[in-house]
Amino acid sequence: MSADLTLILPEIVLALYAMGALIGAVYTGKDALARPLIWSTAAVLAVVAFWVAFSSGDGSAFDGMIVKDGFARFAQVTILLSAAIVLVIGQDYMARNAMLKFEYPLLITLSVIGMMVMVSSGNLLTIYMGLELQSLALYVVASMRRDSVRSTEAGLKYFVLGALSSGLLLYGISLTYGYAGTLSFAGVIGAAGDEAPLGLLFGLVFMIAGFAFKVSAAPFHMWTPDVYEGSPTPVTAFFATAPKVAAMAMFARVVHDAFGGVVSDWQQIVAFLSVVSMFLGAIAAIGQTDIKRLMAYSSIAHMGYALMGLAAGTAGGVEAMLLYMAIYVVMNIGTFAFILSMTRDGRDVTDIASLRLLSKSRPGAALALLVLMFSLAGVPPTLGFFAKYGVLQAAVDANLVWLAVLGVIASVIGAFYYLRIVFFMYFGEAEEPFAPEVAMPQMIALAGAAILMLALLPELLGLEPLAAGAAAALVN
Amino acid sequence: MATTILLAPLVGALICGFGWRLIGEKAAMVVATGLLFLAMILSWIVFLGHDGTTQQIPLLTWIESGSLATDWAIRLDRLTAIMLIVVTTVSALVHLYSFGYMDHDPQWQEGEVYKPRFFAYLSFFTFSMLALVTSDNLLQMFFGWEGVGVASYLLIGFYWRKSSASGAAMKAFIVNRVGDFGFALGIFGLFYLTDSINFDDVFAATPQLAETTIRFLWTDWNAANLLAFLLFVGAMGKSAQLGLHTWLPDAMEGPTPVSALIHAATMVTAGVFLVCRMSPLMEVAPAAMAFVVILGAFTAFVAATIGLVQNDIKRVIAYSTMSQLGYMFVAAGLGAYSVAMFHLLTHAFFKAMLFLGAGSVIHAMHHEQDMRNYGGLRKKIPYTFWAMMIGTLAITGVGIPLTGWIGFAGFASKDAVIEVAFVGSTAAFWLLVIAAMFTSFYSWRLMFLTFYGAPRGDKHTHEHAHESPAVMTVPLGVLAVGSVFAGMVFYGPFFGSQGQVDRFFGISDTAEAHATYDAGLIGAAHAATEGEEPHERAPQTPGEGAIYIGPENHVIHEAHLVPKWVKVSPFVAMVLGFFAAWMFYIRQPALPRQWAETLAPLHRFLLNKWYFDEIYDAVFVRPAKRLGSFLWKRGDGTVIDGSINGLAMGIVPFATKWLNKAQSGYIFTYAFAMVIGIVILITWTTIASGN
Repeated sequence: MSADLTLILPEIVLALYAMGALIGAVYTGKDALARPLIWSTAAVLAVVAFWVAFSSGDGSAFDGMIVKDGFARFAQVTILLSAAIVLVIGQDYMARNAMLKFEYPLLITLSVIGMMVMVSSGNLLTIYMGLELQSLALYVVASMRRDSVRSTEAGLKYFVLGALSSGLLLYGISLTYGYAGTLSFAGVIGAAGDEAPLGLLFGLVFMIAGFAFKVSAAPFHMWTPDVYEGSPTPVTAFFATAPKVAAMAMFARVVHDAFGGVVSDWQQIVAFLSVVSMFLGAIAAIGQTDIKRLMAYSSIAHMGYALMGLAAGTAGGVEAMLLYMAIYVVMNIGTFAFILSMTRDGRDVTDIASLRLLSKSRPGAALALLVLMFSLAGVPPTLGFFAKYGVLQAAVDANLVWLAVLGVIASVIGAFYYLRIVFFMYFGEAEEPFAPEVAMPQMIALAGAAILMLALLPELLGLEPLAAGAAAALVN
Repeated sequence: MATTILLAPLVGALICGFGWRLIGEKAAMVVATGLLFLAMILSWIVFLGHDGTTQQIPLLTWIESGSLATDWAIRLDRLTAIMLIVVTTVSALVHLYSFGYMDHDPQWQEGEVYKPRFFAYLSFFTFSMLALVTSDNLLQMFFGWEGVGVASYLLIGFYWRKSSASGAAMKAFIVNRVGDFGFALGIFGLFYLTDSINFDDVFAATPQLAETTIRFLWTDWNAANLLAFLLFVGAMGKSAQLGLHTWLPDAMEGPTPVSALIHAATMVTAGVFLVCRMSPLMEVAPAAMAFVVILGAFTAFVAATIGLVQNDIKRVIAYSTMSQLGYMFVAAGLGAYSVAMFHLLTHAFFKAMLFLGAGSVIHAMHHEQDMRNYGGLRKKIPYTFWAMMIGTLAITGVGIPLTGWIGFAGFASKDAVIEVAFVGSTAAFWLLVIAAMFTSFYSWRLMFLTFYGAPRGDKHTHEHAHESPAVMTVPLGVLAVGSVFAGMVFYGPFFGSQGQVDRFFGISDTAEAHATYDAGLIGAAHAATEGEEPHERAPQTPGEGAIYIGPENHVIHEAHLVPKWVKVSPFVAMVLGFFAAWMFYIRQPALPRQWAETLAPLHRFLLNKWYFDEIYDAVFVRPAKRLGSFLWKRGDGTVIDGSINGLAMGIVPFATKWLNKAQSGYIFTYAFAMVIGIVILITWTTIASGN
């Protein structure tokens, strides 16, 4: 028992921190403590991230309910670090809009705990538990700006549709239980064997639908643009990063750990989701004028590419997917760091056209954003290109050439709207250039992300062996 | 020292091309020219101090990939040393000359800066040319080869406001592509067969190559012949041999100093240098060598005939250059590499001088180039006149017959080529003698039309004709010295006895022959050659010395034993040509018109340059343009642009609009989409697992 608890000590520490801080803040300074709490939460998340990163010892706890392996560690570290950074870069926006609430960092912490459980579970029930913990916290933060109709609307939409997807997921879990007689991955993979009964596959399809909702893969994506646009921007930044990693990792864990024997049965479905997401993300984004909505479609398209890696059904595919997600998170943090700073005359703007002539007034920021846009579009020699190259390579290796070809076509279409942003920044015409004040934390995140994107190769970040190890832990 | 020679022009080009804003226009030009003079002085020191042994100076490791290991190294032997003095001397003088010639060019308005660019190109060209001649392997040579091609392109098109200049630049570049393709294939072939592109390894492997067959274009070939031929195709392009020559006359669109440097003295001789450099391969490739001889002889002849009727002063000299290159190839193709290099050296001096002299005339006549508008300029520009006179005496080969070497530069070298030709091929001999007569005719025609008779053309221009400044006449003077004495001074080492030649080119093991060698470079020892037996020569290993002369190759020795009438024949041809020109343009100026009318078809045929351009236009250019236009309009325009535009402007925006409409904002729409999604997935799974 104590060994089990030791294994989940990071989660326990975070949970104790969240609850302790909640009670402490309620009885003391309340919202006045928001800023210190944001910093301390970010610090705690970062410390836990390093703790997880450097803790060795794989193992499982509570009869296989929790599995800590290289895969879980990789996902957890990505989640923790991205959550910490997003907290820091969002606080100026919060302060500007009088939304500095002490619950915000603590809700984020709770959702992070949920995500950590999601990626390290060995049982369908643990997955569901982690998912709900994550989602409940996110529903609340989405509607945190209670005086804004759009924010409330976003929270409500997210909640209702999230409940629907939870239903689908639960239905899938119960079907699986009915046919496999167990909820543990080890049991399901044994029951599925080489040729799974149709009922078990139905269970898998329902679960995939639930996961697809969480990663916002088409056609389960429709909440994404509305929620991204309506939520306060720091929350949007959070939505775009850590939960996506968690959901994608959970997705990979279920299809590989529980259904690794019947790859050909789910491969086509994942490939289908991938193609639809890539094209929908690329095409629908063209018509957007709001940068947050644009980033929503951008993330839909990017999830399509990550799913391409997953569709390969190989360890190489999972490795490519993990690298893709890590690079995707860095690109999004950098981009949102800038979006969080987009103000004109003290008011927030999210219109793409307002970026006109940014290169004249803020050449450094414009250049960094240019690099990030090129990276999001997948232009070499940025890391975004190598991320895409990795998943395409995995798809080709798995004889999914058609998928890779479609992916390339979609990326060409998608390049249009990223380049349009660059066009506005460098060649737009305006009476007065857009000149937002970018504060130090945002500037560091923006510049750091841009520099990382030019670090040429994933090897340079030391990510590739880690991702390879993580993938090997998952796919046997 | 060799490193400094190689890099000084590059430094000059960089400083001049990029630094002129910092140090000023004049200073940039002075720096580039100064560095070139430094390179020239060092080159002469290297040349005079060179003892013939091959030195290799590695500079850096360039490429290591698989079995391909290539260093950037300087190969310094006699061939390189000769080319060094030719290139740096002419280049330095042309730099100096350009100060005068490029001043106030009417192609540019007041205030436009073009001179630093011009000097930078010149220096860059010189660097590339030096890289070519100092190369220690084929790839390095190819680098220089392409570098001079680029520089030539940039300089031919220097007057970019003239569409004819841009066209000529493109033509030069594209025609050279054809030759370079052959050259590249030759390099690939050598690497394929010898697994190395270093000269030492390739030379050592030549005996094996002679016995190897290689399959190429569905036919079995002798490897040595095929590779030698392919390399020669490269040389054909660069050296404007018949077939790939059409770019050279058009290249005269460039400024005249460029013509002197690139299209007379240095770049166009790169092909000759290549053949001499690859002599170990050429010696074992008799069929390819026969081709070189035939093509060279025909080039000499055809170019000379065209030169007879041209009216543009620069074009006459351009065809003359092409013709003289043919002479060099005949000598090289017959195995007399030293003679080819001899003619290359003397030709560099007198042809550069003729071009610079022509430039001086053009300068004096306010950029009028048509000789029909010249006349009577002897008194107006006396220095130029005398320089041109010396150049003409040199190119036509004036000297004392039967001494062999006492005469102007062209006398010694051209007569040597013709004697060699008599040994190797009677047909080539006659073609060259006739070409020599034509050479004499068109050279004197140029002189008479330009400097004698009554002034023709625009009176105003003639009144303002003036002698060029000293920066232009001094180079003429220096080159004049070379044109007069180069033949006499270098006769011995290039075309003396076999022993002298061997010593000069660093070939050892010919101890017996040393006795006849007179210390120093003066060619007085030539007389000792006649009685000597060729068998005394010990067999040479390929790669030893700068050139390789095979055991069967006695052409130099035999050339000295030709009958007396053969030795006199070029002189007779020269006198005939002079006399004809004198009759036509001094004695009876009406004659040319009469002849042109009587022989109208022939005249037209020559005036249109044997219709090479027209044939090429019909066979290659127009079909290529049609194909290009088809691919562009139909392939690119209709198919690619059409489908992309249709997709990008038709289908994608439609889909975007539709998708954005679907994003209604209502939760039930979204939930409905999710349900549809799950229905699709379930259906798919059912069907898929049913199969």
